Amino acid sequence: MTVNGKTRSSDVEPRTLLVHHLRDDLGLTGTNIGCDSSSCGACTVHIDGESVKACTVLAVQAEGTNITTIEGLSAVAEAEGIATGEQNWHPMQEAFQQCHALQCGYCTPGMVMASTSFLKENPNPSEQEIREGLEGNLCRCTGYHNIVKAVQSVAGGAS
Amino acid sequence: MTAVMGTRMLRKEDPALLAGENKFIDDIHAPGELWMGMVRSTMGHAKINSIDTAEAEAMPGVAAVYTGAQLADMGLWLAPLPCAWPVTDDMVNPAHNPVCVDEAKHVGDIVAVVLCDSRYGAADAAEKVVVDYEPLPAVGSLEAAVANEVMAHSDLTTNKAFHWPLIPDPEGTEKAFAEAAHVVKAKFVQQRLIPSAMEPRGCLAIPSPAGGEITLYTASQVPHIMKVMVAATTGIPESKIRVIAPSVGGGFGGKLNIDPDAILSVTLANHLGLPVRWTEARTEAAGSTHQGRGQIQHMEVAADESGKISSVRVHLDADMGAYMMLITPGVPLLGSFLYTGVYDIPNLAFTCDGYFTNMTPTDAYRGAGRPEACYAIERIMDILAGEVGITPEEIRERNYINGGEKFENHDAASTLTFDSGHYRPAHDKALEMVKIADLRAEQARRRDAGDSKQLGIGMCSYVEICGLAPSRALGGLNYAAGGWEHATVRVLPTGKIEVVSGSTPHGQGHETSWSMIIADKMGVDPNDVEVLHSDTAKSPLGLDTYGSRSLAVGGVAIAMAADKVIEKAKLIAAHQFEAAPEDVQFEAGAFSVAGTPAKSVHIQELGFAAFAAHDLPDGMEPNLQEQVSFDPPNFAFPFGTHVAVVEIDTDTGGVELINYVGVDDCGHQVNPLIVEGQLHGGIVQGVAQALFEEAIYDDDGNISNPSFMDYLVPSAAEMPMMDLDHTVTPSTTNPLGVKGVGEAGTIGSAAAVMNAVCDALKPYGVTDMDMPATPKRIWEAINSNGGAA
Repeated sequence: MTVNGKTRSSDVEPRTLLVHHLRDDLGLTGTNIGCDSSSCGACTVHIDGESVKACTVLAVQAEGTNITTIEGLSAVAEAEGIATGEQNWHPMQEAFQQCHALQCGYCTPGMVMASTSFLKENPNPSEQEIREGLEGNLCRCTGYHNIVKAVQSVAGGAS
Repeated sequence: MTAVMGTRMLRKEDPALLAGENKFIDDIHAPGELWMGMVRSTMGHAKINSIDTAEAEAMPGVAAVYTGAQLADMGLWLAPLPCAWPVTDDMVNPAHNPVCVDEAKHVGDIVAVVLCDSRYGAADAAEKVVVDYEPLPAVGSLEAAVANEVMAHSDLTTNKAFHWPLIPDPEGTEKAFAEAAHVVKAKFVQQRLIPSAMEPRGCLAIPSPAGGEITLYTASQVPHIMKVMVAATTGIPESKIRVIAPSVGGGFGGKLNIDPDAILSVTLANHLGLPVRWTEARTEAAGSTHQGRGQIQHMEVAADESGKISSVRVHLDADMGAYMMLITPGVPLLGSFLYTGVYDIPNLAFTCDGYFTNMTPTDAYRGAGRPEACYAIERIMDILAGEVGITPEEIRERNYINGGEKFENHDAASTLTFDSGHYRPAHDKALEMVKIADLRAEQARRRDAGDSKQLGIGMCSYVEICGLAPSRALGGLNYAAGGWEHATVRVLPTGKIEVVSGSTPHGQGHETSWSMIIADKMGVDPNDVEVLHSDTAKSPLGLDTYGSRSLAVGGVAIAMAADKVIEKAKLIAAHQFEAAPEDVQFEAGAFSVAGTPAKSVHIQELGFAAFAAHDLPDGMEPNLQEQVSFDPPNFAFPFGTHVAVVEIDTDTGGVELINYVGVDDCGHQVNPLIVEGQLHGGIVQGVAQALFEEAIYDDDGNISNPSFMDYLVPSAAEMPMMDLDHTVTPSTTNPLGVKGVGEAGTIGSAAAVMNAVCDALKPYGVTDMDMPATPKRIWEAINSNGGAA
């Protein structure tokens, strides 16, 4: 598989979850684990450009795919010609800081990954569409208020 | 230089978190580490007849399997897990061993521990341990505990752990109720809640290769308290224990305990000479992390004809769960002082009975006792308003302390002194922001039209106790520790400022806020400030983060330490200027002699002078650093008014929160961006209690909703935008005039939402409803009288 632009080849136990492979074998610990029932979305990554909860996928199922984690998001943005600024951030990362859309930061990588892929599907969403689009990602700190604002600001900027 | 405090400075913490570069507990590994797999009781209450570990021991990678009986024989710990708050001298406190020996007391109680060289292997092996349980009658509810027919602990003859009264004037209470025109009684149920920080708990204990030292990494709110308690529990000297809380993914109280995993990882790592770790699974957390709330409140108020309240009488039954954990019995008492709320009520009578049940232990959860108290008084205010025949606004206006006008040092009936308050501006502003008159008109229109979407408007004026706490006050409540906080401020040789704080962030943005305080105090760029925390080797003294105490105690300590640094630096500057210290002025970071501003030296330059010590005033110690342990003289009492607007679908019972307004007063704000963020998150946790969350147990003590599939932490889709504003009434408790805001949202919101739900259902004769107000409960309430409005 390709992970953040690099070809990675490993032997894994058939039952290994993709999220454990990314974290424990490849050392990409930016992707977090918040539950064991595919409910919280903390482990959201992109597989071939689409949001996927990496705890619902076996590593072997991801063979041959192109995976992006939070660590590789700004490089993908650059490749797509999106300005990444001084901090070398995807605009969604920038918006999350500007809007104070993170506190403890645990849900944040998954929330950022889900938000970027959501805006690709729906570039000009209403507030309610953003809320429903992020329904699969739980946050306990922010009350979602500033997360929605961050997504709105990126959507507004893109339109 | 313009002030930094009060600005919406972006957080210093964010870049690492946004890039996924910071380290949470499960991101940290040590060579040779063994994973603990916990074998947890699947029964609420059972005798352990035997445990067969043979198959587990034969699994690949398994290093050892220990039962509770084996661990007890090994003598790895000196004492059971600690309870630091024995609220009465005769409190019953059954031994809580990290692994139970012959009787499991709740689902999730650890009965054996597997150690294996891999994450998956530990889980596999734990499943292969065969436990022969003999089921015992269980106490699966607080009501069953109070009935006292079945014992949660087989060796006890009662479930009652303690009786705690706070009745400053019993005769006054009797008289008030005897003479009252209105007496309103209500029973409120505070359901059990699962704290649900997004990061599960976890730990990693690493023994040193020599010297018998041990480092415990733990997802904890309380590394300093952890260090003391690990030492006290295991007998390992404090000098050999280092506790580090790395990036911690939220706490909300759920990470402030001394849990079995911490003690097991430390003692087994020591015993085996290998690193030992554990990461909690989410579904495991329902039985491995303490829960919050769990109270039944019997509330009564006495009022005159006009609704002016003369006394509050309340009795709590409080669910301790199976064991007393660190502050389990103290949590309901933290609320005891707030049952008179923001009101000028001259008399309060409070009693609390704590009971054991066969459920996960309870302990602090965001607000800890105070949301419960606020809920009871704010719900009964609305019920009383209905009795008197006035609006919720009017009943509050008639009862506010000092008529809602500004006050300082109000002696409440609870015996506490409220530092400052000014309740009417927040009340007026909140009602104005929500457009109360328009809402009431629309509500009337829908009621008249028999609309299937009914509106409910609910308000809550809260006060809370923050800045825990004056050590003497804690001593008076039998709490074992103090409530001070420690800070060190250093000007380093390079001119950078180093702040060492004993408070421990887990999402609150302390590094940013502390940098802002220093920037203003010392006239430096906040980016020149480095904040050290959460590591007992770097920050040896501290009492950590809970009870909205970080700013009002820890932040104040930092400001005071900075003042001492400035004082010393001034003497050095005066020496350099060959001027008298009283002639030296300090402005925007620079010292100069009055009248000759051209000659000046910046405080950051003096760091090197103090370090080199070539030319210091006679007798002055080298280095520019000062420390302060600040013990606050009083608590701080933030307040505010929240208004919730709900829409109820009378056909389905569905309830939607459609607007939420909050006007909060936490004294001076260091960073409004962070203040608002704390409120947003806090409000949603209170809304969650009102509408969604409940840990549901059956009569045998089985929890039926341990995962995020059925324990309903709200998502973005369930919440509206929140409309916040604030007033500023400085605290008189500390020199910064700050109060605290970490729990305010949660304290104000559950009552506001439930008042709105009950308001919407008023035409159906509904005056009260238990939380969470689920569609089923609402539908049943609407249809209990045949659906007629």
